[in-house]
Amino acid sequence: MITVTVDGKQVELQPGATLWQAAEAAGVGIPVLCHDPRLRPVGVCRLCLVELADGTLIPSCCTPAANGVSFRTATDRIRDHRRMLLRLLLATHRIPCLAQQSTGSCLLEQLGVEYGLLDGHGRPADPALIELRTLALSEAPVDDSSPAILVDHAACILCDRCIRACDEVQCNDVIGRSGKGFETRIAFDLGAPMGHSSCVTCGECVQVCPTGALVERRMAETVRRDEPLRVVASVCPYCGVGCTTDYIKAGPRIVAVRGRPSPGSDGRLCVKGRYGWDYALHPHRLTTPLIRRPGYYPKGPLTADTRGDTWDGGRRKPGSPVPDYEQALEAFREASWQEALDLIAERLQEIRRRYGTRALAGFGSAKCSNEEAYLFQKLVRAGFGNNNVDHCTRLCHASSVAALLECIGSGAVTNSFRDVDRTDLILVTGSNTVENHPVAATFFKQAVRRGKRLLVVDPRRPRLADYATWYCRIQPGSDVAFYNALMHVLIRDRLYDEEFVRRRVRGFESFWEVVQHYAPQRAAPLCGIPAAQLEEIAHAIGTARAMMVFWGMGISQHTHGTDNARCLIALCLLTGNVGRPGTGLHPLRGQNNVQGASDAGLIPMVYPDYQPVADPEVRSRFEEAWGVSLDPKPGLTVVETMNAALSGEVKGMLMMGENPFLSDPNVNKVRAALAKLEFLAVQDIFLTETAEFADVILPSASFFEKLGTYTNTDRRVQLGRPVLDPPGQARPDWMILSELLERFGIPADYESPEKIFREFADLTRSYRGLNYDVLGLDGKIWPVERPDAPERPILFADRFPTADGKGKLVGCHYAPPAELPDADYPFVLNTGRMLEHWHTGTMTRRSATLATLAPTPYVEINRDDAEALGVAEGDFVRVSSRRGTVVLAVRPTDRVAQGCVFIPFHFREAAANLLTIDELDPYGKIPEYKFCAVRIEPAPRPEG
Amino acid sequence: MAETTERKQYLTDELRSQILALAPRYPTKQALTLPALHLVQHTYRYVAPEAIVEIAELLELAPAQVLDTMTFYGSFFRTPDAPLGEYRVWVCRSLPCCMCGGEELLDRLCTRLGIRPGETTADGKATVEAAECLGACELAPCVWVNGEVCKVDSEQALEALIERLR
Repeated sequence: MITVTVDGKQVELQPGATLWQAAEAAGVGIPVLCHDPRLRPVGVCRLCLVELADGTLIPSCCTPAANGVSFRTATDRIRDHRRMLLRLLLATHRIPCLAQQSTGSCLLEQLGVEYGLLDGHGRPADPALIELRTLALSEAPVDDSSPAILVDHAACILCDRCIRACDEVQCNDVIGRSGKGFETRIAFDLGAPMGHSSCVTCGECVQVCPTGALVERRMAETVRRDEPLRVVASVCPYCGVGCTTDYIKAGPRIVAVRGRPSPGSDGRLCVKGRYGWDYALHPHRLTTPLIRRPGYYPKGPLTADTRGDTWDGGRRKPGSPVPDYEQALEAFREASWQEALDLIAERLQEIRRRYGTRALAGFGSAKCSNEEAYLFQKLVRAGFGNNNVDHCTRLCHASSVAALLECIGSGAVTNSFRDVDRTDLILVTGSNTVENHPVAATFFKQAVRRGKRLLVVDPRRPRLADYATWYCRIQPGSDVAFYNALMHVLIRDRLYDEEFVRRRVRGFESFWEVVQHYAPQRAAPLCGIPAAQLEEIAHAIGTARAMMVFWGMGISQHTHGTDNARCLIALCLLTGNVGRPGTGLHPLRGQNNVQGASDAGLIPMVYPDYQPVADPEVRSRFEEAWGVSLDPKPGLTVVETMNAALSGEVKGMLMMGENPFLSDPNVNKVRAALAKLEFLAVQDIFLTETAEFADVILPSASFFEKLGTYTNTDRRVQLGRPVLDPPGQARPDWMILSELLERFGIPADYESPEKIFREFADLTRSYRGLNYDVLGLDGKIWPVERPDAPERPILFADRFPTADGKGKLVGCHYAPPAELPDADYPFVLNTGRMLEHWHTGTMTRRSATLATLAPTPYVEINRDDAEALGVAEGDFVRVSSRRGTVVLAVRPTDRVAQGCVFIPFHFREAAANLLTIDELDPYGKIPEYKFCAVRIEPAPRPEG
Repeated sequence: MAETTERKQYLTDELRSQILALAPRYPTKQALTLPALHLVQHTYRYVAPEAIVEIAELLELAPAQVLDTMTFYGSFFRTPDAPLGEYRVWVCRSLPCCMCGGEELLDRLCTRLGIRPGETTADGKATVEAAECLGACELAPCVWVNGEVCKVDSEQALEALIERLR
C-alpha cells in the first residue's frame, strides 16, 4: 500500500493508483470532462489539474500517485486554470446543447455555471467568453441520420470518451477523429453520418458523452428541462447475458436506458437493451381478455400471412411485420377476467374428464420470470395432472443440456463469461456472439486485445472471426469430425491432461476406440479443414494453460446436437479444462431466463432443480409440498407435443408467452396442429400468430410491468423491477397463473412474486439460500445454499455431480445431417438471428428503432452463387424446401460458403421455419434448424 | 461493423507487399500507417476510401484510425477530382521567405498555372501548396519541388520553375 495526502488528508491506496483515484478515496471530487473510470485515462481536457507541493500543476486522471506524495485540489491557481480551460471549451460549444436543454445534463455547461462563466440561466456571462464566441466558427447542423442517436459536432469538446468507449469497451472501432486544429471532429468510419456508418447503435458513446454531442434522440426530443427524472434499477429483457440497466423515467415515460455497472455486464448494453424497450408501449398491446366469437369455428388462422397465402409473383401485397390486428381482432370479443379464466378452467377440465389427464399440455416461456416458470409447471403438474410442460429451451440448448447431464451430471455453465480474462485460449463455436450475446462478445474481443488467443469454428463466418487467431469454416454439420480430429491428435501426441483424466474422468479407453479413427488426414475431407491446421490447433489447445469453450445454436440445433456437445465436453475433460479459473464449458443461453426457466422445472422430465419426475422419492417430496398426487411419467417435449396435437392425443393447451407458430420447425405442420386443438388458451402481451388459433387470449403484463427474478447465462439470479404500469387490464403472468391454480383446486394465495420465489427456492437446493434481499442490485450466482454463503462462480473444482464423482467421455461417430442437398434442392439452409431482432419479432418488430434499423427479411447467398443465379443485392428469390416456400431479397456475401445460404427467422412475411425440417436429435429432441436442403430461383419483386 | 469481403481488392498485391516489406523498420504495424498512405498516394495520386479500408485491414486497424492519422496531416489528397500532381510544389510562407517575396511568388506561380493554392493543374502535372518553414531560410524565398529545395528569387528562376511544371 502507498500513502498519499489529498488536501491535507491521508489515504492508503494500492500501488499504481492515480492521483484522481486518491482524491476519490479521500472523498474529494475533482471535475473532469474526459475521464471515465471505465476508460483508459488520456488527460486531454486538463480540467482535473491538481497542484503538487512544489507548485507543479498536473492532470490527476493520468498521473500515478507516488508513495508519500501530497497535493491540493482546489487552489486559486487551479481555479484560474480551470476557468480558462472552460472558457475556451465554451467558446465553440453550442449553448445550450441538446443535453442541457433537455435534461440539464451537460457537464461542461454545469461547470460553466459553477465557475461563473455562464449565468444562472446558462447564458454566457463572462466578457472574455462573450467576445471569444463572436469569433467562433460556424455551427455544423446536427447529424440526425441514426434513428436513435443525435450527433451535434457543435457541442463536442473532443474529450475522446466516445472514441475510447467504442474502441476499448465495445471494441467496435467505429469512431475516430478527423482533421486537425479547429477542423477536428469526431468521425464515424471515413467521416460518414453516424446512421450510414458501420455503427451498431450500442449507444455506449452516448452513455459516456459528457456534453450534448451524442444524445439519446428520444430524450432530446421529448424531455423538458423542468421535468424531474427518476431512475429504476432493473435488468434487460432480451438475451441470456442479463445486462443490468437503469431505466430513466420522466413522469410515467421511459426516456432512456443506461447500462448499470455490475459484476456481470459492467454497465454495457447493446442496441436491443438500450433502444428495444418501446415495444411495451406499442398500441397493439393486449389490454383485455378476449374470447373467440362463435362464428370463427372451426378454428384456423385469421390473417393472410398466418394462413400461408404466398405473395409469390405479386399475387398480393407482401406480408406485414406483425399480424393484421383488425383482421385478427374481429374474431374475438372482449370479456371479463372472471369469465375468461372460468372458461379456460372449465374447458381444460372438461377435456381432462373426457380424454384423460394426458390430453392437456402447456408451453411456458424462458422470457417469463423464475416465479412464473415455477408456477406454470406447478399448474401443469399439480393442476393438469401430467408432465406435458416444456418451453423454448427445448429448441435451443436441449441437446447441450442432455450431453452435459450425461457427461458431467449438471446442465449448468461451469464458469462465467467474464472468466475469459483469466484464460489462454477461447473457443467459440456455433455462436454468433457479436449479434446474439453482444455484451458477452465485448468481453471476448477485449480479451483478444489483451493477448488471449481466439479459435472461432463456424460454417457461417461470424463477426467475431475478425478478431480470431484461427477461424475454421467447417462444412455445415461436420462438427463431430472436426473435434474428433483435434482429440485424436491430443491423445496421439499425449498432449491431454493424463493426471486429470486418471483422477476425474472415466471412459477413456472406449473413447479412444472411437476417436482413433479420426486422424486429421481422414477428418480433413469430412470437415473441410486442412490436416495441418487441425494439427496446429490441437497442439495450441494441448499446450494452453487454460481454455474456455463457448457454444450456441450452431452446436445444439442439429439432429446430432447432443453428439456435438459431447465432443466439446470431452475436449474439456481430456485437457483438464474444468473447475479452474479461465476454463470450463459455457453454452451461451439465448433468452434472458433460459437458465432460470429450466432451473424452475419447465421441462417434461424434471421438477425444479432437475429432479427427475420418475424418481419416487423426489416425486413424493413434491406431492407433499403441493398436496396432490403427481404423474410419474415424463411428459412430451415441444415438437412431440405438436405432433401429439396433430394426431389428436393432446387436445387442450395453455401457452404462456410462446409463439410456436413461428419458432417451431415446419410451420405448415404447426399450423395444422394448432388448428386441430380443441381448446387453446394463450397468455401474451401481443396477439401473436399462435394466438390466432386461441379460444381465449389473456393480456399479460410485459417484462417492464412486473417484479420477478431472471437467471442469466452465468447462473446469476437477478431482480427485474417494475418500470411501467400494465396497460388496461393486463396482469402479470404470475397473477394469471395463481387464478388458474385456484380454479384447479390448488391453493395459490401468493400476494407477491417474492412469496412464490420463497416456495420455489425451498424446493430448489441451488436457490435455497436466496431471497430478494440477498439478490440486491448485483444479483447472485447460484448455487447459494445459505444466504451468507460466498458466491461459487466456478463449479466442479473437485468432483462432478455424478454417482462416482467422475466425468464421462462419450465418443461419437460423425453422421451426416438428416436432409442432404441433392439435384432438386442443392443448397444448405442455415437459420439464425441478427443483432437488431429477437426471435419471432413480436417484440423487436414493434420497437421503432430496431424496426427502422432492420426492416426486412433477406437471404444471404455466397457471391459466386448469386452471380451464377444471376441475382444481385436486393433482387428477389424464391427459396423452397420440401416443406415450404418463401420469397425474399438477396444479400450476396462472403459470410456464407458456396452452396450455403442463411435466413434469419425473425420475419413472419418470409418465415424461415416454413422451410426447416422437424427432424429431431434423439436425445435432446431438438430440431435441426441449422441444416436442410433448399432450392433457390429468381423471383419477381413483390408488389406493394 | 464492416463486413469482411475477400474480393474486389483495390490495392494491388504488389502495393500490399511493398507496404508490408516496410514492416521490419517499424516497431508496430500501426506505425506503418503513414508510409502506407504515402505509397498509396504515390501510386494512385490520391487516397481513395477503398484504400483507407484496405490499409486498415492490412495493418489490423479500424478504418477510423487510419482516417484519423491521415487527416491530421495535410499531405494527402482524397478524391480523384483533385489528385496530387506529378510535381508537388511547396512555397514557403514562413517569415524569412515572406520578407523575401514568398507570398507574391506563391500568387504569381498559381496565377501562371491557373490554379489556387492547394489545387492541381488540369493536366495533372503540378500541385502547388503553401508550406510552413522548409528549414532552408538561406534560400529564401524557398520552393520545394518533389523533395528538392531551391531559391526562386528572380524572373528567370520563376520561368525555369514554370517550364519544369508544364
